[in-house]
Amino acid sequence: MLKAIYDWVDERLDITPIWRDVADHEVPEHVNPAHHFSAFIYCFGGLTFFVVVIQILSGMFLAMYYVPDIVNAHASVNYLQNKLAMGAIVRGMHHWGASVSIVMLFLHTLRVFFTGSYKHPREFNWVIGMLIFFVMLGLGFTGYLLPWDNKAYFATKVGVEIAATVPFLGPYIASFLQGGDIVGAQTLARFFALHVFFLPAALLGLLGAHFILIRRQGISGPL
Amino acid sequence: MGKKVSRRKFLTYTLGGTAGFLASGVLFPMVRFAVDPVLKRGAGEQYVDVNLTIDQITETPRSVEFTVHREDGWYVPEGGEKLTAWVMKDDNGDVVAFSPICKHLGCTVNWDSNPQFKNEFFCPCHFGRYYKDGTNVPGTPPTSPLDRYKTKVENGKLLIGPVEKA
Ligand code: HEM
Ligand code: FES
Repeated sequence: MLKAIYDWVDERLDITPIWRDVADHEVPEHVNPAHHFSAFIYCFGGLTFFVVVIQILSGMFLAMYYVPDIVNAHASVNYLQNKLAMGAIVRGMHHWGASVSIVMLFLHTLRVFFTGSYKHPREFNWVIGMLIFFVMLGLGFTGYLLPWDNKAYFATKVGVEIAATVPFLGPYIASFLQGGDIVGAQTLARFFALHVFFLPAALLGLLGAHFILIRRQGISGPL
Repeated sequence: MGKKVSRRKFLTYTLGGTAGFLASGVLFPMVRFAVDPVLKRGAGEQYVDVNLTIDQITETPRSVEFTVHREDGWYVPEGGEKLTAWVMKDDNGDVVAFSPICKHLGCTVNWDSNPQFKNEFFCPCHFGRYYKDGTNVPGTPPTSPLDRYKTKVENGKLLIGPVEKA
């Protein structure tokens, strides 16, 4: 049945060569944990992507109930966590996944550093990786405000004040982030927009570039 | 155990099964979370004292406003949600309370509001009409009679409950 559906689509769209090109290539021995167990460090990049997929999915579902407005934001988070079936689980996935994704990203970066994989010809992918890192920090920072509780509010105040210490530009950066003179209604609305539209779009674009470069250049050789 | 499962088939099934198990572990909580409102439809039944004694009710429908407690997710309107009922006595002298929600596409009906259609409930959206007993006038858009609220009488006063399911 599934095979028949696949064949029907494939006959018209010719998708087999596409996924063959993406998926069908040998895993070199030095990155395969079945050969050398220590090669598990090469899994960190894929695991980071896996957690990001969970963030995107759980975030989309949270957005079915979440409201980015200072009167209702906290009440809507309270409702989705305590009144809905699986609410604590779905919010928990997003909440803990936010930290796990950054930890995995960091481990992946360490692997790339200590295997020297950032060297020519892969220096551009290191730069893209750094951009991914900053986008992920941005997602963490903007997402943290959304529950609109005390922790969220003061964490954002602190973050904005740190940004305000940048020489010359600081005050402008601060009012851009706040969307005004205080952390308030406008801050919450723009952090929400950054968190669910701008930064995920940037992240997906960068991840696409990251993966294309990996296919073009192959995985770096053994030490 | 007649047919032999090839090594390739076996691997495909185990890998597919494991991947499916992991994916459903991720997806189940999220989908269950999203459909929760569907599974919680129409909970709770409340009767509201609408401040009307039985002998104030006549054969002529009168519009009665009352408020019910309403929880719209995390939003609970102060003073509740305002509802309207058309209250009257039918030919047997029994109290009926019609819901004003048109059975065509949900606009609001009024009693005797169009001079062309005297003594009928009238819906302005697509000229839906109902006779005094709530039956839809054939040939107009509504396909069934007006819904009725459940009613109770306590100490000679009218209480209005939820809409009766047809
Ligand atoms: C790598 C990607 C992401 C990271 C690191 C991240 C991080 C965060 C963090 C730290 C929070 C605060 C959660 C809490 O304190 O409980 C949050 C909340 C939220 N995020 Fe994300 N997020 C990501 C992607 C997304 C995406 C793609 C969406 C939607 C399309 C999204 C939608 C939301 C919503 C609606 C909330 C508020 C609900 C709540 O606080 O539980 N997130 N995010
Ligand atoms: S909604 Fe009442 S006639 Fe169409």
